Amino acid sequence: MKRERRWYDRMWIVSLTYLALGFFNILFAWLGLLCFFIPLIISAVRGNKAYCSKYCGRGQLFGLLGGSLGLSRKRNMPRWMRSKYFRYGFLIFFLVMFGVMLWNTYLVFAGARPLGQSVKLLWTLRLPWRWAYHGTLLSDGVAQFAFGFYSVMLTSTVLGLITMLLFKPRSWCVYCPMGTMTQLICKVKCDPVTEKSAESGHNQDKENERTCD
Amino acid sequence: MRNKARVSAEDCAACGCCVKVCPRAAITVPHGVCAVVDADRCVGCGKCVRECPASIISLEAAEA
Ligand code: SF4
Ligand code: SF4
Ligand code: SF4
Repeated sequence: MKRERRWYDRMWIVSLTYLALGFFNILFAWLGLLCFFIPLIISAVRGNKAYCSKYCGRGQLFGLLGGSLGLSRKRNMPRWMRSKYFRYGFLIFFLVMFGVMLWNTYLVFAGARPLGQSVKLLWTLRLPWRWAYHGTLLSDGVAQFAFGFYSVMLTSTVLGLITMLLFKPRSWCVYCPMGTMTQLICKVKCDPVTEKSAESGHNQDKENERTCD
Repeated sequence: MRNKARVSAEDCAACGCCVKVCPRAAITVPHGVCAVVDADRCVGCGKCVRECPASIISLEAAEA
């Protein structure tokens, strides 16, 4: 019995296109804000993780590469990588680095710094990316944000690919900052139920749980 | 007696990878907190066990 395909099962194409567009014109990086805000809005408004289990193209991409294409070793991740500490630690690190990126953007906006036409991979490697910049009608800061945001997206894709190869296809999902953040929002939103279902992971209060999908 | 999937909820990332692969729609992530198996629907095929990137689903014999 196979699940029928839905339109959102093809979101991986969107993710791939996004990454590709960044090679042609960096300003497309702004579109990435969608996959920042949509999951947050879904979790805050609907109180569920439909983004992860349905729409997220990045997760699907790793699933396809590692699963259908068989690029993954399909081993268990090391225990520490699956622990809460690592997941929350990575989230904090990620947010701090995001803050640094925003600060750099601000400096360019304010004219305190020239536009850096490069993409930073893994927060350290500076890749020249000049070819994808054809100027902007707006402030240089707009372009700086695009470079910064694309760096974030590319870095997380590379990390995801590495853990996809080494461990299970969607290993990235375990420590994905978006996933951790949306789960946190969901947890905060439904405290009483958390306690119950967190205890066993089994189906005592089915009625209760079925309502949320 | 039949095997049923069981999630150890503590380290569940609520990523929904298991939801995607379950052929019986037996596994859901209620309220986005952690995955829960509906034992009545689960046929113990083990797909979710293999898929879960956090490796926290196991098959256990259920008395029924
Ligand atoms: S955990 Fe991250 S990558 Fe995985 S499905 Fe959710 S948002 Fe997408
Ligand atoms: S795949 Fe694993 S970590 Fe993700 S929701 Fe299912 S049980 Fe939780
Ligand atoms: S063992 Fe098979 S039927 Fe049971 S929850 Fe996992 S994927 Fe679904």
